[in-house]
Amino acid sequence: MAHTSAPASTEAGERAVRVIGPWELSSLDPLRNGYLFSRMQVTETLVDFDADGLPTPALAARWQLSADQLTWRFTLQPGARFHDGTPVRPAHVVAALERARHAAGMLRVAPIADIGAEPDGIRIVLTRPFTPLLALLSHSSAQVLAPASFAPDGNVRAIIGSGPYRIVDLEPPQRFSIAAFDGWRGMAPAVRRASYLSVGRAEMRALMAEGGQAELAYGLDPGSIARLATSPNVRLHAVTIPRTTALKVNAGHPFLADVAVRRALSLAIDRRGIATAILRDPALAATQLFPPSLTGWHDDALPPLHFDSATARALLAQSGWQPGADGILRRGDARFAITLRTFPDRPELPVIATALQEQFRQVGIAMRVAVGNSGDIPFAHRDGSLDIGLMSRNYGVVPDAFGTVSQDFPPNGNKGGDWGAMGWADPAVTRALAALPSTPADADGGQLRGRLRRQIAATLQRDLPLIPVVWYRQTLAASPRLGGVSIDPFERSYRLTQMHWHS
Amino acid sequence: MSESMNEPSLPLAASPVQHTPLRWRTTSLVGRILLQRGLQALVVAALVGTLSFLMMRMLPGDTAFRVAAARYGFDMVSAAAAEAVRAELGLALPWTDALLRWWHHLLQFDLGLSSVTGAPVIDEIVHQLGHTLRLAVAALAVSCAIAVPLGFAAGLRAGGALDRGTLVASVLLRAMPPFVLGIVLVTVLAIEWNLMPAGGHHVHGALLMPALTLGLGLAATSMRVARNAMASVAEAPYFAFARVKGLTDGQALLRHGVRNAAIPLVAYLGVQLVYLVEGVVVIETLFAWPGIGHALVHAIFGRDVPMIQGTALVMGLMFVALNTLVDLACAWIDPRVRLARGRR
Repeated sequence: MAHTSAPASTEAGERAVRVIGPWELSSLDPLRNGYLFSRMQVTETLVDFDADGLPTPALAARWQLSADQLTWRFTLQPGARFHDGTPVRPAHVVAALERARHAAGMLRVAPIADIGAEPDGIRIVLTRPFTPLLALLSHSSAQVLAPASFAPDGNVRAIIGSGPYRIVDLEPPQRFSIAAFDGWRGMAPAVRRASYLSVGRAEMRALMAEGGQAELAYGLDPGSIARLATSPNVRLHAVTIPRTTALKVNAGHPFLADVAVRRALSLAIDRRGIATAILRDPALAATQLFPPSLTGWHDDALPPLHFDSATARALLAQSGWQPGADGILRRGDARFAITLRTFPDRPELPVIATALQEQFRQVGIAMRVAVGNSGDIPFAHRDGSLDIGLMSRNYGVVPDAFGTVSQDFPPNGNKGGDWGAMGWADPAVTRALAALPSTPADADGGQLRGRLRRQIAATLQRDLPLIPVVWYRQTLAASPRLGGVSIDPFERSYRLTQMHWHS
Repeated sequence: MSESMNEPSLPLAASPVQHTPLRWRTTSLVGRILLQRGLQALVVAALVGTLSFLMMRMLPGDTAFRVAAARYGFDMVSAAAAEAVRAELGLALPWTDALLRWWHHLLQFDLGLSSVTGAPVIDEIVHQLGHTLRLAVAALAVSCAIAVPLGFAAGLRAGGALDRGTLVASVLLRAMPPFVLGIVLVTVLAIEWNLMPAGGHHVHGALLMPALTLGLGLAATSMRVARNAMASVAEAPYFAFARVKGLTDGQALLRHGVRNAAIPLVAYLGVQLVYLVEGVVVIETLFAWPGIGHALVHAIFGRDVPMIQGTALVMGLMFVALNTLVDLACAWIDPRVRLARGRR
C-alpha cells in the first residue's frame, strides 16, 4: 500500500533518486548510449563545461595550447581512479579518444593528426588550429572507460567509469542503478543512490512523477506540463535548450531553388500558432535558426522571421506560380506538389508536419507528409530525392555550436550536410566557418568570432537553406523533496551531485 | 456420453466398445500430438526465419541508414555513420550470402548478434520473453478470475439481470482502447488512491497495473465465451437430467457443468495466451514493460534483421508449443477427443 509515497529505499536504508526519461539503454557502447552514463555521472570526459558554456577541468586537471596552436597537452587529475580501483592512466585516455574518432562520434570533426600518451597526461596534435577541440572532447562518445570494461572482442561488456557514481545494476534496455563511488577524488555527493529508467510514453512519465514514483522526470509532453503545473507533488523546471525544429529544404529542387520561393514558404508558416497550439508556449516560435540560449550565435539584431501569407502569395506569383483550378499553384506544366519527410522519434514532429501541410496549402502548395525513420532524411539527402525534411537539430550536441554548424554547412561545393544545407552554399559562410576554429578565444579574437558568427546567422536568415519553425524547451518534473535541482541546457548531466534531500 | 462425464477418474472409465485400454490409447494420442506438432515446429522454424529475412530485405529504404539511426539516435545519424555500419555488418554483400550465413549459424543453435545493440539475440529474447510471459500469465489469471465466475453465473441464468449487466460491462470494456483504459486505471489506482505503482518493471507490485489493464480487456470477451458455454450446457438434456435425478444445483454444476463448459473456454484462453505472448505493444510501451512486442517493434523500425528473425522464430515455436498444450489440455478434459483420435 505504501510503496509509492516514499522514495525507493535500499537495503542500506538510503533513499535513491529515481530518474525517468524517454531514452533507452540499448547498448553500453559510448558511441551509442554513452550519454546516459555521462548524464548520470558514472563516466567522465577529459573536459567538462559549466553553465556559462566555459570549459572546466574533468579528467584533465589542466591543459595547454602550444604557440602554433597545433599541440594540446592535457594533464590528468592525479587522484583519478576507475570504479574497480585502478588508476586512470594516459594510455586509457588515448584508447578512449581513438575509439571516439568513429564516424558516429563527434571527434571526427576535429583535424587530428595524432593522439599520444605522455608521462602525466596526453597530447593531441592537430593539422590546423582548431579551438572547438575542447567542446568535442566533452562529448559523451569520448568518455573514458577502464580496460576491464571491454570484452576481448573490443565490445563494451561493463561500465567501469571514473565519475562520482558507480554502476550497481545494469538491466538493459530499460534500467540501471548507481551508488556513490567511495574512491571519488572530489567531495562526497549528498545523493548516495540513484537509478535511471526508460519510460517510452510521455504521459506515463508524467503520471509516475505525479504518483511519487520518480524524483526526476525528463521529456514531458505539453498536455502533461499544463496539468503538472497545478500538482502539489511535483515542481516543474524549464530551460530553453539549443535545439531548433526546422525545415531542411532541397535548394537544388527546381521548385525550391529560387530564394523568393523559400522566403514565401517561411512567410507562409504561422510559427506562433504552431508554438501555441502544439507546444503550448508562444515564446517558442522561432524568429531565427539559432535560439536565444545559443549565446554568440543568436543575434537579436536580425529582422525576425514572421507570418505573412499575403506576401508569401505575392512572392510565389513573382516567381511565376499561378493558382490552378484546384487551388494549387502551377507554373507551365508543373504543379507545386512536394513531399515532406519527417520521423516520429520526437513526438511533436509529425504533428507540426501536418500543421505545415495545411499552412502551405493555404498559399497553394500541395505537400505530402511522409513519416518514416530518422535515417531517411540523410539517405534522401545523399541520393538527392529529398524535397523538404522536417527535423529537430541539436546545436548543443557539444557546448560549442560550431561542432554542429560546421557539419551542416561543410566546404564541399553545394553538396551540403546530412542535417544541414542541400544544394546550397554561400562563400561568406564557408569562409567564416573556415576562419572560426583558428580564431583564438581571447579579447580580440572574441570580437572577431562574434562577427563571423553573426555573418553566418545573417546569411542563413537571408537565404533560408533551413527554414526555422520552433525552438525547444526542456521541462523537468522534480520531486519537492529534492533540493538543488536544475537542468543542464546542454543535456550533459542530470547534476545529481548538486542535489540533496530536504527531509 | 454424459455417463462418462460423471466419472471422476476418467482414465479408468473404459467404454465397452474399447479393445485396448484407454491408458495406452492416451499415451499414443499424446505421442501423436507431440510428433505432429514437432514436425510442425521444424517447418515453422524454416519458414518463419527465411520469410522474415526476405520480407525485411524487400522493404524500401536503406538498411544501413536505419540501423545507424537506431544505434546512434536522430542527433548523430549521418551518411558517414551509415557507411561505417554498412561495412561493419557486410550489408553490401549479396543477400543470399547473408541468408546462408544465418542458416549456417542457426544449425549450430546460434541466432547471431543484434545489429543495433551488438548483444547476442538469444540473450535479448530470453530477457524480453521472460517479462512477456510473466505479464501474459498474470493478465490471464486476472482475466480468468473475473471471467470464469461471472461468465458461468451469467450463463446459468441466461437472460437474467447478471447476464445483461455483464454484457454491458463487456461491451464497455471491449470498446475502450487499452491505452485509454491503462491511463484511466493509473490515474485512479496509482495517483488518486495510491494503491499500486504506475509503471516500470523493477518495483514491487509493478506487474499489477499492466496485468489489470490487459486482464480487464481480455475478460470482456472471455466472460462472454464462458457465459455462452455455460448457457448451452445449462440447456443440454444431460444437465436437465442431472437435476431431475435429484442433484442440487451446485452438484449438477460441479459434476456436469464446469467440465463441459471448460472445453470451449480452454480453447479460447489458448487463443488469448497466443495474443498475449505475441506481445501487447501498446501496454508494454505504456507501462515501460520490457517485453517482446515492444522489442520487435523497435527491431523492425531499426531494421535489426537478426533480431527480427530470431524473435519471429522463437515466437513461431512458442505458438506451436502453446497449441500443443491446448490440444493436450482439451484431450485431458474431453474424453471424446481421446476416443475419436484413438480410433483413427
